[in-house]
Amino acid sequence: MATNGIGSSVKRKEDLRFITGSGRYTDDIQLPHQAYACFVRSPHAHATIGSIDRSAAEAMPGVLGVFTGEDVAADGLGGLICGWMVKSKDGSPMKAGPHPILAHGKVRYVGDHVAVVVAETLQQARDAAEAVIVDYGVLPAAVDVAKTHDSGIEIHTDIPNNLVYDWEIGDKAATDAAFANAKHVTRVELINNRLVPNAMEPRAALGHYDAGMDAYTLYTTSQNPHVARLVISAFVGIAPEHKLTVIAPDVGGGFGSKIFIYAEECVCLWASKKVRRPVKWTADRTEAFLSDAHGRDHVSVAEMAMDENGQFLALRVNTKANMGAYLSTFSSCIPTYLYATLLAGQYKTPAIYCDVQAYYTNTAPVDAYRGAGRPEATYLLETLVEECAKDMQLDPAEIRRRNFIPKDAFPYQTPVALQYDTGDYEPCLDKALELADYAGFPERRRQSEAKGKLRGIGFSAYIEACGIAPSAVIGSLGAGVGLWESAKVRFSHTGKVQVLTGTHSHGQGHETTFAQLVASKLGVAYEDVDVIHGDTSKTTVGMGTYGSRSLAVGGEALVKACDKVIAKGKKIAAHLLEASEQDIVFQDGNFSVAGTDRSKSIGEIVFAALVPHNYPPGLEPGMEETAYYDPANFTYPSGVYICELEVDPDSGVVEIQKFTAVDDFGNVINPMIVEGQVHGGLAQGIGQALLENAVYDESGQLISASYMDYTMPRADDLPSFVVHTTAGTACTHNSLGVKGCGEAGAIGSPPAVMNAVADAIGTRISMPATPEKVWRALQKTQLAQAAE
Amino acid sequence: MYAFGYHRPGSVADAVKLLADHPDAKLLAGGQTFIPTLKQRLAQPSDVIDLGGIAELRGIRAEGDNLVIGAMVKHGEVMRDATVKSMIPALADMAGVIGDTQVRNRGTLGGSISNNDPAADYPGAVVGLGATVITDRRQIAGEDFFTGLFETALEEGEIVTAVSFPKPVAAAYEKFRNPASRYAMVGVFVAKTAGGVRVAVTGAGPCVFRLPEFEQALSTNFAADAIQHLNVDASGLNADIHASAEYRAHLIKVVAKRALAKIR
Ligand SMILES: Cc1cc2nc3c(=O)[nH]c(=O)nc-3n(C[C@H](O)[C@H](O)[C@H](O)COP(=O)(O)OP(=O)(O)OC[C@H]3O[C@@H](n4cnc5c(N)ncnc54)[C@H](O)[C@@H]3O)c2cc1C
Repeated sequence: MATNGIGSSVKRKEDLRFITGSGRYTDDIQLPHQAYACFVRSPHAHATIGSIDRSAAEAMPGVLGVFTGEDVAADGLGGLICGWMVKSKDGSPMKAGPHPILAHGKVRYVGDHVAVVVAETLQQARDAAEAVIVDYGVLPAAVDVAKTHDSGIEIHTDIPNNLVYDWEIGDKAATDAAFANAKHVTRVELINNRLVPNAMEPRAALGHYDAGMDAYTLYTTSQNPHVARLVISAFVGIAPEHKLTVIAPDVGGGFGSKIFIYAEECVCLWASKKVRRPVKWTADRTEAFLSDAHGRDHVSVAEMAMDENGQFLALRVNTKANMGAYLSTFSSCIPTYLYATLLAGQYKTPAIYCDVQAYYTNTAPVDAYRGAGRPEATYLLETLVEECAKDMQLDPAEIRRRNFIPKDAFPYQTPVALQYDTGDYEPCLDKALELADYAGFPERRRQSEAKGKLRGIGFSAYIEACGIAPSAVIGSLGAGVGLWESAKVRFSHTGKVQVLTGTHSHGQGHETTFAQLVASKLGVAYEDVDVIHGDTSKTTVGMGTYGSRSLAVGGEALVKACDKVIAKGKKIAAHLLEASEQDIVFQDGNFSVAGTDRSKSIGEIVFAALVPHNYPPGLEPGMEETAYYDPANFTYPSGVYICELEVDPDSGVVEIQKFTAVDDFGNVINPMIVEGQVHGGLAQGIGQALLENAVYDESGQLISASYMDYTMPRADDLPSFVVHTTAGTACTHNSLGVKGCGEAGAIGSPPAVMNAVADAIGTRISMPATPEKVWRALQKTQLAQAAE
Repeated sequence: MYAFGYHRPGSVADAVKLLADHPDAKLLAGGQTFIPTLKQRLAQPSDVIDLGGIAELRGIRAEGDNLVIGAMVKHGEVMRDATVKSMIPALADMAGVIGDTQVRNRGTLGGSISNNDPAADYPGAVVGLGATVITDRRQIAGEDFFTGLFETALEEGEIVTAVSFPKPVAAAYEKFRNPASRYAMVGVFVAKTAGGVRVAVTGAGPCVFRLPEFEQALSTNFAADAIQHLNVDASGLNADIHASAEYRAHLIKVVAKRALAKIR
């Protein structure tokens, strides 16, 4: 048992089917008489819809139906919602324009869903979609978040200046006062570039209305099928919740983009009832680029006030956040409660103030993407801190050390709402300095210079907040849902275990980690545990997977369910062993009478529960326990990342030489999976820093809408990572002591890379650090030097 | 994709006849450009004529001082072929930096040059080596073959059958990849040939072009130093989200120098 238990790098159960092509994804599911949907999408970023002529399309072979926003309205359906109410400084609620599942009257971004054609075959659906004639009245588009306020363009009726909210956090007066008395102020202006999530599996949906049962089933690429069920029934109003099953089978990556409830899945379900056939849609890659919710897209100004020793006195931040054309499911909380609350970072900065203006633009909706707000906060803070070090002529490690929240200050109340339960930042910094051989950097820099290359090193000390909770607190901040999690442990006669979890695995390896957890807790064989998720008709109600919550919240719910199994098992064991319940101890899968050699294995206990011939009177038979868990706080992983790179001054090409990541994730269940999560996160973070960029032109066309122009990180863009997880500080409020590791890599890495680029070329440029940008920056400094 | 008729002729003559009989037909070679175009419904040919069954379009052979490569020879074959490596190693190198393994195992010489993507690598080699394009009906000097953005000298119904590359004294190809597509953002093929020095640039402009100033400077001294003092004019060069014309102009010199440095 020990070899598969908590702390061992068990190979992932799910990988056999993924690697051998036997996974079962939404598009793999074929229902009898299935029909196909093709969406008519707006080619314009902003336009009124006059008439829609569907007569030609309807007459085409194989066409079962053509539906538009008018049909949606006629059926009385509601729209998609944003589930977090953020209030402006003046207390007014955010301004959310309607988000119908098929556009009504107006389109607001290129790719907006205007109509749907359902046909016998996909080709017929596509043919007919081309024959739908939409009379667009093209309007000027607002694309750039920095310009939308004064653009004079009204994207949603009665939302002046396209301003969704103007929100603030922190003590403005105290912050301003600290600035007034500061010895030095360092200021940066930053753009956090827009990203397209690019999950390997594009979104897909298969809606099925069963007229006989009057029941609905939606197969969809979702990170949280229960939330999808809730929104589709309670808000869009397609089906009552008890008659709707949402199944998210194998899902090929989400990174946040599959949290949200999208128009297409709703339309497939709704259209299935209209045509009385199952209706399938699978996005092609272009649709994915255009219509998956994008990430990031901030424009910020940040200032740090310091004393003469480089002690941080106050931080002041203004951010403009691009929300896109509609408010996606959780979009409003990203640039607020998941962003500004992280601005303390690892530092004891006494006063912080941040205000955020969120704007509509004529671009794809923006929502959570791996890290969601926290990468934006970390990029801003860690860039600023590195500039502070430069201004104060301090070593970047030293300025961080001076400002770290000391180990004995935990629990630490930040000036921006969060209370860190635990942490210890210096050991991560020390380990990172050692692994990166910081002391040897000057020599390596000399060697690079000798080859005509510029070498740079950059730091990032990130803090993350995972497992957003507790429900009561987030409710008070505007969340529309609770963020607890559920788990069920169900034994069968033969002692095999089914674990049902409300979280969802789309690459994270829950089938392995959760099996390890249950095997450890209950002393059953790892192979005897099967983890079931992603089907609302099977699993307990759950809130899904995002924000690195699955283990810290879902895993803890599972522990609680195991505890219930043990508690019940003790009652049964006491009966069978003729002892008092208090004298039964449970260890390594055996219930024994303390101080004796009398014991029963968990298999025997379970058998007794399911074949209760000799059983405690009055006790329910069966061994199936459910638990719900609502955490007391977020968890706070942290770490220090160091990037070392070389710049070729002739071409501007940046090559990462070494990337060191040291993380404190608290306790770790499967170190291999954790390392894999860090690797993936680093690839995405380095991608953001050096390669990825979603670019709209002024008319609102997405120019980088394919892999010919959108640069995904490839293996040869990345170095071999040096990843180390410290013994760490265990989370204090869950019994596992775990924190979460899914997003850390993407949160911590961009500033480390960009700080290293700045160190190499002597000036700061925006992400992504493309060869041309680097080259231009070098040209400028050379010209400036020549002029001196 | 829209529906189309499919043909797989066994000879060039049959392919030419099919093209004549079906004026809206298109040729299919490796399909690396054409199939995605069909899938995105950007082309609607009545018929597709697959050149994959024509033996005479395959094969690599030395004909005196010329290397003749069939139109249907794949990039991967050119990259690995012993005759290519011994006669014009720079050509094998060039083929080896096209796309990725999958693309090199499908994409063909004929498809690449007939498509004349401004960012393709082959046009650099064809012009840089002063090669001759052979079709079902004539021979076209490489320089006259590439006429503009995605434009070639091919007439309606004309099929590239092979390209004949004269063996140079020395040659090298260097490529600066577009970070996203990995096509050439700038590719420079330098060659010292019997007829003089040739420098061909691909990726940077709407169509492959030669650089006479570089060629002249390199005629007396075929080494990177010789072009150190020269600069490339940015006017007319491509500009996109990856690189401005000015940056491309700068890269041409950087890349040319790197190509020259490869020649020992
Ligand atoms: C992911 C990817 C990466 C790539 N990277 C690169 C790169 O780095 N560098 C590069 O140079 N290229 C690159 N390519 C292009 C590829 O190498 C092929 O050269 C190109 O796609 C065309 O060759 P093909 O054989 O696939 O032709 P096809 O796609 O089959 O045909 C292309 C066109 O040429 C016509 N045609 C084909 N053969 C003939 C003929 N014999 N006579 C007349 N007309 C003909 C066809 O009708 C069609 O219009 C890449 C392609 C992909 C998909």
